[in-house]
Amino acid sequence: MNAADWTAVRLTAQLAGLSTVLLLLLGTPLAWWLARTRSAVKPLAASLVAMPLVLPPSVLGFYLLLLMGPQGPVGQATQALGLGRLPFSFAGLVVASVLYSMPFVVQPLQQAFEAIPERALEAAATLRAGPLDRFLTVALPLARPGFLTAAVLGFAHTVGEFGVVLMIGGNIPGETRVLSVAVYEHVEATDFASAHRLAAGMVGFALLVLVALYALNRRRGANALAATP
Amino acid sequence: MPSLSRRRPATAHRRALWLATALAGTGLAAAPARADEVVVAVAANFAGPLQQIAEGFTAATGHVVKASAGATGKFYTQIAAGGAPFELLLAADDETPRRLVAEGHGVAGSAFTYAIGQLVLWSAQPGLVDAQGAVLATGKFSKLAIANPRTAPYGAAALEVLKARGLADALAPRRVTADSIAQAYQFVATGNAELGFVALSQVAVPGKPVTGSLWKVPPSLYTEIRQDAVLLKPGAGKPAALALLQYLKSAPARALIQAYGYGL
Repeated sequence: MNAADWTAVRLTAQLAGLSTVLLLLLGTPLAWWLARTRSAVKPLAASLVAMPLVLPPSVLGFYLLLLMGPQGPVGQATQALGLGRLPFSFAGLVVASVLYSMPFVVQPLQQAFEAIPERALEAAATLRAGPLDRFLTVALPLARPGFLTAAVLGFAHTVGEFGVVLMIGGNIPGETRVLSVAVYEHVEATDFASAHRLAAGMVGFALLVLVALYALNRRRGANALAATP
Repeated sequence: MPSLSRRRPATAHRRALWLATALAGTGLAAAPARADEVVVAVAANFAGPLQQIAEGFTAATGHVVKASAGATGKFYTQIAAGGAPFELLLAADDETPRRLVAEGHGVAGSAFTYAIGQLVLWSAQPGLVDAQGAVLATGKFSKLAIANPRTAPYGAAALEVLKARGLADALAPRRVTADSIAQAYQFVATGNAELGFVALSQVAVPGKPVTGSLWKVPPSLYTEIRQDAVLLKPGAGKPAALALLQYLKSAPARALIQAYGYGL
């Protein structure tokens, strides 16, 4: 592996790591709300979160390119705030990854929260635990397998992202050329040896992560990908 | 496949549908071409002209053109490694057809130059690009899009221009690499890149006004982009494929190719 390939590995790890942290920060309150609310807008909110599961990456990439471009509302907002433009930047990839991987984080968390018996939370309430206290000391520990699943799937799915990154990234070494794009470029340039080195590594990584996830969750007695009892 | 469904009994129809679905999943839906169809892989920069040529071709011969547009490097991989069912390749260079013939995927002696590409520096903003391309040095832009020089001949030509102007290193931080010349066009058209090197055929559509501003790069600044067509093994002996090769050399086709700004 040459230096450019290692740069792609490092960049991919940074993108997936940062995206996972942001996804957990944004996804936890969202999943908690979705799990508890009786609001009429819940089906709409749940659908919006799940959209990236059914939309092709080309649709998401196309609209992100238009929205974040100089004439798009998001692009005009980021420029007005002095942040510049998001396409062709690492920050743009983070924003896209958070959107794209959101269902992989929110859905396991939501299922884990929904599985918490109402009685446990009521018992805590009778012991005068406030809402935040109940969430931190009762809900979070009970939902731990869900968090593990959410974090691993969010990270792995961001590593596996390709179409959106290709459409808004601009393939810039050290900035937006992540592993999936680097493999694609090696294949297109018919440098199959380099493509194999990266591609085989990614196959191994994906298998390792998923085996570890299933094994860990099995030990906890929970279903790895559903996190429901 | 509505044309199939009208002709076949219900069970065969169902089987055909099932087969089409299965094949569509592997991207090979175009494989079992009928005798009067010709399956063409066309370089992204020539997709528009081919569409027009295909209309004249169908009117003249009755044969139908099924075209897939993309990067020439990608087609090479699909043909050489994947056994793609294309009968003709209209490449963006002359190297790929030569290589396909040498490796036994193309028919020897069938390759010829159907167009000579014209590189342009283009911006969607009127007045940004001047007639000498001095905007590259004066630097009133934040991003310059080029097609990937490793895989796209127009990208390699763009890089040569930057090197000839002594700007390759200075502009490296502002360069964004598109997957193909079509994506380079898309980056510029959406305004995400102010400037980009594209093919003249993409911005100078006959009968339509040119949007934005452009600089026709003098051919002395880059290696001539000879775009060759080659008959591939699946098309060998197929009358429709041979007819299209012949039609590309005909007067009406050549006039159309030149109208798009290609040399011949």
